[in-house]
Amino acid sequence: MTPLLRRLSAILAFGLAALSAQAQPDPPDWTGVLAEARGQTVYWHAWGGSSATNDFIAWLGDLVAERYGVTLEHVKLTDTADAVTRVLAEKQAGVDTDGAVDLIWLNGANFTAMKQRELLFGPFASDLPNHALVAGDDAIAVDFGEPVDGMESPWAKAQFVFMYDSADARPLPSMQAILDWAVAHPGRITYPQPPDFVGVTFLKQALVALVDDPAILARPVSEVDFAAVSAPLWDYLDRLTPVLWRQGRSYPASGPAQFQLLADNEIDLAPSISPGEASAAIADFRLPSTIRTFVPAEGTIGNASFVAIPYNSDAKAGAMVVANALLSPDVQLRAQDPDVLGYGTVLDMDKVPPEVAAAFADQPRGPATLSPAELGTILPEPHASWVAAIEEEWSRRYGVTR
Amino acid sequence: MNRLLMLAPVLTVAALLGPVVAGLVGVLRPALFPVTDGPASLAALHGLLEWPGLGPAVRLSVVTGLAATLLSLAIVIGLVAGWSGTRAFRAASRVLSPLLSMPHAAAAFGLAFLIAPSGWVVRAVAPLAGLDRPPDLPIPGDAGGLALIAGLVAKEVPFLLLMTLAALPQANAEGARTLSATLGYGRMTGWIKTVLPQVYAQIRLPVYVVLAYSMSVVDVAMILGPNTPPPLAVQIVRWMADPALGQRNLAAAGSLLQLALVVGAIGAWRLVELAVAAWGRGWASGGRRGQRDGALRFLALGVAALPALAAGGGLAVLALWSVAGYWAFPMLLPADFTATSWMRHAGGLAGAAGNTALIALAATGVALLLTLGCLEAEHRRRRPITAAGLRLLYLPLLVPQIAFLPGLQVLLLHAGADRGAVPVIAAHLVFVLPYVLLSLGDPWRAWDDRFATVAASLGARPRSVLLRVRLPMLLRPVLTAAAVGMAVSVGQYLPTLLIGGGRVATLTTEAVALASGADRRAIGVFALAQTAAALVPFTLAIALPAWFWRNRRGLHA
Repeated sequence: MTPLLRRLSAILAFGLAALSAQAQPDPPDWTGVLAEARGQTVYWHAWGGSSATNDFIAWLGDLVAERYGVTLEHVKLTDTADAVTRVLAEKQAGVDTDGAVDLIWLNGANFTAMKQRELLFGPFASDLPNHALVAGDDAIAVDFGEPVDGMESPWAKAQFVFMYDSADARPLPSMQAILDWAVAHPGRITYPQPPDFVGVTFLKQALVALVDDPAILARPVSEVDFAAVSAPLWDYLDRLTPVLWRQGRSYPASGPAQFQLLADNEIDLAPSISPGEASAAIADFRLPSTIRTFVPAEGTIGNASFVAIPYNSDAKAGAMVVANALLSPDVQLRAQDPDVLGYGTVLDMDKVPPEVAAAFADQPRGPATLSPAELGTILPEPHASWVAAIEEEWSRRYGVTR
Repeated sequence: MNRLLMLAPVLTVAALLGPVVAGLVGVLRPALFPVTDGPASLAALHGLLEWPGLGPAVRLSVVTGLAATLLSLAIVIGLVAGWSGTRAFRAASRVLSPLLSMPHAAAAFGLAFLIAPSGWVVRAVAPLAGLDRPPDLPIPGDAGGLALIAGLVAKEVPFLLLMTLAALPQANAEGARTLSATLGYGRMTGWIKTVLPQVYAQIRLPVYVVLAYSMSVVDVAMILGPNTPPPLAVQIVRWMADPALGQRNLAAAGSLLQLALVVGAIGAWRLVELAVAAWGRGWASGGRRGQRDGALRFLALGVAALPALAAGGGLAVLALWSVAGYWAFPMLLPADFTATSWMRHAGGLAGAAGNTALIALAATGVALLLTLGCLEAEHRRRRPITAAGLRLLYLPLLVPQIAFLPGLQVLLLHAGADRGAVPVIAAHLVFVLPYVLLSLGDPWRAWDDRFATVAASLGARPRSVLLRVRLPMLLRPVLTAAAVGMAVSVGQYLPTLLIGGGRVATLTTEAVALASGADRRAIGVFALAQTAAALVPFTLAIALPAWFWRNRRGLHA
């Protein structure tokens, strides 16, 4: 940047900062936050590939407009990393106020990247009034091995499951059984192309199930012998890839892109990271009614979805109000409704009022959703640093077909 | 007024070249001097060379670009050579020209829905072939890029055909045909030997535009192209979006490589042109009459019908998906119809349509003002546009978008001017302006100057000649140019996405964002809306002059 440009942008930034003197809300002062939030516009950068989530966010927008006078604009991303890049680029360009992003739906690697580069506002999460209702388990306190530290607020829980077409397949007890089934039924299973979130989670699920000692995965990847530890995964994929849909020469772009393949009977088995997603998709015709889900007996990994606020947002108060609204029981109940999203709630049923707990208990699960007992043990996610290492190795081995 | 008018050409050049040059500078910097720590200088280029997908990605970019251009050109030449001047030809051009306004993404979605293993074509033959499951075929997204080439050809044939039609009058095609027929030449051979050399000289730049575009297209490649690896341009967009900063440098280096590939391909194309011309001179004077071209003519007509069929069938299947209830393979039609998809997307559709209209109207309005200013200045100075000026006009269309838009985004970010609709409108202007100028230039210059002389002798000043005589008489070409500009703006994906920072959602960005979810009902809704947004201005351009001049029969030319 030339000195002239630098000076110009500095003047501009100063002017903007002066205009928005209320850019730093005080999270513990909730009345102050609410007052400040009124009239703000929150640009929520969230993945926009699913009509169900888009509808839910639009519904939430109406709700926060009515209750708190906050305007919610959904910026529909094709990849959450776009928003992370955006904030990063702004920080490098010295755009420290009035950034483009006010709220991001994220977790795992994107959260770790933003937290470590100090791109996030906070801590704010434990100051949200509805935080008192949130479950205190590990999946919410630690995001892919990275302590949350109040820098992001949870809103949905996810657990890895397999979707299968009950007309053509049966639940399978282990990753090894899935491989055997795939060899016997070539071309009938696939997973989204990494770095897609669901695709990477499939790889991590296989890794957790296949390594001798999963405890080693809790350590940062730099502290272990990655090649040796991950070798069983690549052996597995070397045998799986030739019998994948399209012989592994092509992959669906995302989790929901697999729905179309299941609906067209192109495949019979596909991974999902939301136990209720299949039921929701059956409800709006995107999946045939014969789709069900299963988890292998060895258990599956689970995690939570969060929202975080960039350090340079000019609508932090509004963003906090949205994060808090996401935790209110009526919103959580709607998100868990299989006809809407089918996302697992992050609330602790012992902390909410009894009538709310009853409403959650009475909610129908939908035809393809397993009960909490059937979902079984949640395995911890590997440390966040594994994602990049697995992605890189995957793209080296399978990203370029020969 | 006068001074302002004389400024128009300067402003036009600034609007066209400023963003391109600024963007190239912005790309050059991180490519050669990476912004992260670590070894400076050519580290990013080294990183690019180490990417295992580089070879296939480059090959895809070059092969799909060259193949799509060659095929499109061959189809257009075959159609015009075999049929120009006939009723079938007029019918074919009428069917093909509306395709020009159909946004690339919508056409690509339609084609994908047709030719996928679970698409309409396979569904139609499934009962005969006894298929209850779609065949496991890699379409679209085949590693060779065939589906991508097909999608590009479907869109580029109408463009080259229109450019050729515009060039025909100057080539005296009718006279040449009569003469060559008299000498006993077959229709196709005669046209290729006598008319093509003149016409090609005029459509050379449009051909280069098609080549540059096809090599570096992003949205169509995301929908129809392969992914392991994708063509270079798509991979550059992925690197741009990666949270790891080093990838940003990789993207810049990739942009430079993409630029070099396009420059190299255009250079190679030019060399082949020269070789073909040298060979062609001997062939033309060799005297072979080529009279038995009947089969070839019908083949040419049949092949030219394919883009129209693909687009028409694609639109139909998009429309069906947008109202489909449950629709499994191999059902030819949905089990039931529902307005649910339209209702659930009504809100997003309205917002995106509003943004699309605002940006298209603003960019086209500015482009039209600058164009009229340039043409009027040219008229008053009596200095027609030079060949160099024409090349300048084509520059933004020849430099791949992916080569300079990332740099422009970074520069705007540094200047703090990357927010809202205005930068997006300016970025659209870069692509809208050349098309508006190109489509209005010829009819404007073809206007009979004696009308101006008559008006002046009746006491009209130049200004009222322009406003009261020339503009009303040229209303239809002006509106058509505006419609072309709006269609170009509606179809823009990368400038909207990169310059708008994701905050400016148009029908095109929404449709492509939905592509990752593969929700065919939602895609159907947005692709149809996108097509409508491009077609409505064309309909108005035809209907409005007819209504305005309903009592001026002489203006119904």
